[in-house]
Amino acid sequence: MAPDANAGDDQHITEVSGTGVPIPGDDVDTDQILPAQFMKEVTFDNMADYLFYDARRDEDGEFNDHPLNRFEGASIAVVNSNFGCGSSREHAPQAMMRWGVDGVVGESYAEIFRDNCKSLGIPAVTADHETVVELQEWIEANPDGDIEVDVEGETVTYGDTVIDVEVDDAMREALVEGIWDTTALMYSNRSKVDETVADLPYVEGDD
Amino acid sequence: MSEGTLYDKVWERHKVTELPNGQDQLFVGLHLVHEVTSPQAFGMLRERDLDVAYPERTFATTDHIAPTEADKRERPLADDQAEEMLSALERNTSESGITFFGFDSGKQGITHVVAPELGLSQPGMTVACGDSHTATHGAFGSIGVGIGTSQIRDVLATGCIAADKQKVRRIEVEGELGEGVYAKDVIMKVIKDLGVDGGVGHVYEYGGPAIEALDMEGRLAVCNMSIEGGARAGYINPDETTYEYLRGREYVPEGEAFEERKRYWESIASDDDAEYDDVVTVDADGLDPLVTWGINPGQVVGIDEAVPHPDDVEERTDREAAEKAIDHMEVEPGQSMLGYDVDVAFLGTCTNGRLSDFKEAARILEDHSVDEDVRALAVPGSETVRAQCEERGIDQTFIEAGFQWRRAGCSMCLAMNDDQLGAGEVCASSSNRNFVGRQGSKEGRTVLMSPAMVAAAAVEGEVVDARDYLDDGPTGGAGGVEEVAD
Repeated sequence: MAPDANAGDDQHITEVSGTGVPIPGDDVDTDQILPAQFMKEVTFDNMADYLFYDARRDEDGEFNDHPLNRFEGASIAVVNSNFGCGSSREHAPQAMMRWGVDGVVGESYAEIFRDNCKSLGIPAVTADHETVVELQEWIEANPDGDIEVDVEGETVTYGDTVIDVEVDDAMREALVEGIWDTTALMYSNRSKVDETVADLPYVEGDD
Repeated sequence: MSEGTLYDKVWERHKVTELPNGQDQLFVGLHLVHEVTSPQAFGMLRERDLDVAYPERTFATTDHIAPTEADKRERPLADDQAEEMLSALERNTSESGITFFGFDSGKQGITHVVAPELGLSQPGMTVACGDSHTATHGAFGSIGVGIGTSQIRDVLATGCIAADKQKVRRIEVEGELGEGVYAKDVIMKVIKDLGVDGGVGHVYEYGGPAIEALDMEGRLAVCNMSIEGGARAGYINPDETTYEYLRGREYVPEGEAFEERKRYWESIASDDDAEYDDVVTVDADGLDPLVTWGINPGQVVGIDEAVPHPDDVEERTDREAAEKAIDHMEVEPGQSMLGYDVDVAFLGTCTNGRLSDFKEAARILEDHSVDEDVRALAVPGSETVRAQCEERGIDQTFIEAGFQWRRAGCSMCLAMNDDQLGAGEVCASSSNRNFVGRQGSKEGRTVLMSPAMVAAAAVEGEVVDARDYLDDGPTGGAGGVEEVAD
């Protein structure tokens, strides 16, 4: 089998849609999203089972009224500011994706989390506080309501409302053009990498 | 736009090309790998039948799941999942020709402790690791970034990451640190002032007299917690302190090759007339030891300072965070953290698990014993640090004072091994995150502080001012010295 750097088969992701789930709170860290005790697996296969594991359970280990327990089947997570801060673990967005999240609308994201979303083809778009809170409240009132995130047009549509959102340039370009698999993108530049490396004094010195 | 900073120079040296999505393709000069975030990346590589592109620039060790009790390091590990992760790392590194520092190497430890002490981390490098504390290596004047597993796949397959260039914020730390006040307090002050998301979109360049006066271990502690302030990378320009630290280390060239390498290191430091996107000044004069009172690393007070009342917090987000924190921590607004009960003392981690950290704590433990109700763990950041401590008899000081003296690993920083908080326990911790559930119990509570403060808290079973326990510390004030004399 020949090396296939492009095995990701990236799709053009111009829009994602579905029902929503509000995950309220600022500075929601990746330890909450995916507690470290569940990272002791060598694949991401089971991560959905551990999403917000502690927050979703009461003292007896039973599911409580956490939004993820109430909005089963949702595709669009709506979050607040600095979401995904802390640990760089990709387990966090992997768990969200495997639970069913196809897109995230929020006030802001930690950078590594946003990068990880991009790697997975999950658009993470932003809007201001009031706009996000209104959407979260709308989901509470309309659990079966459809939300459409237009990545290319930078809008989110729900009910009769259309809001403008921002999508980071690199993320929009990558998703819309279907080039979010950076391994494939960079693998084709191998000869250029060799040139860069040849100019680095510390690499030469090690050989 | 910054110009002439170390960040600009190192970026340009490592930039391969601009990618079609607008990001830059950057070569990674040092790739550090551990057992938790890499097995999936190696799996992705296998799916595509790709090889590791630069195995000689890649180094691995085991830290997150490493048992810290000597008898639990026998193979196979008692924890099946931990054994599977460790075995996968051994197999992946050996098949790819990547150097692996395992338990038997004498060099195993936390990646961010091991790479600096072996001389792998050097000025003017780009460093990547599937761990957010990769900013640590910025202490040498490198750009260290934490990456996710798909990005680990990128680095393994291509030697590169796709990255957006950030703004550069100069953080000028003026003044001089007093006795019993440390690098840890400086970075906690920075995060307190600028917020846990203040650094998003920025790298932090730390400088000024208080930073230049720090030794390398102090500088590592400062850069380590950049991510806690939202900055993916933080660095300090290299100087004689840096070069002298590196001289003679295993992976650092010797003789004329060292001098040649040093010329490169000097060339990448920020120019005197470098331009920054912004400059923030922090005053270290009169800084007291700091502790966290809440559930994020920006919720910090001076040891004598009152926990804020939520009504007095101006920003809405900070106010809501304060309410949650007060509820979880059961702290009293208006009162200081002095006297807050502590059940567990934890000394170690990639922030504060180095020789100088254990030395400072040992100064207190030489004359004092751990409170009988406190479970106290000393976990060297690496087996090299452990050996350094044991050569100096520091381990005996800890053991005689009532600490458990452990083997190297991440341990109770994130509780992926057996070292965990019990329900409702309070931990005085030299680690970097006080998030709910971080130390293994969702009812557990974490108070972040310097190593000396952890030792003093272990002795009293409550949060105290470590300066009252250091021989030549201030003797005036609240009578702490008289109270503890025994």
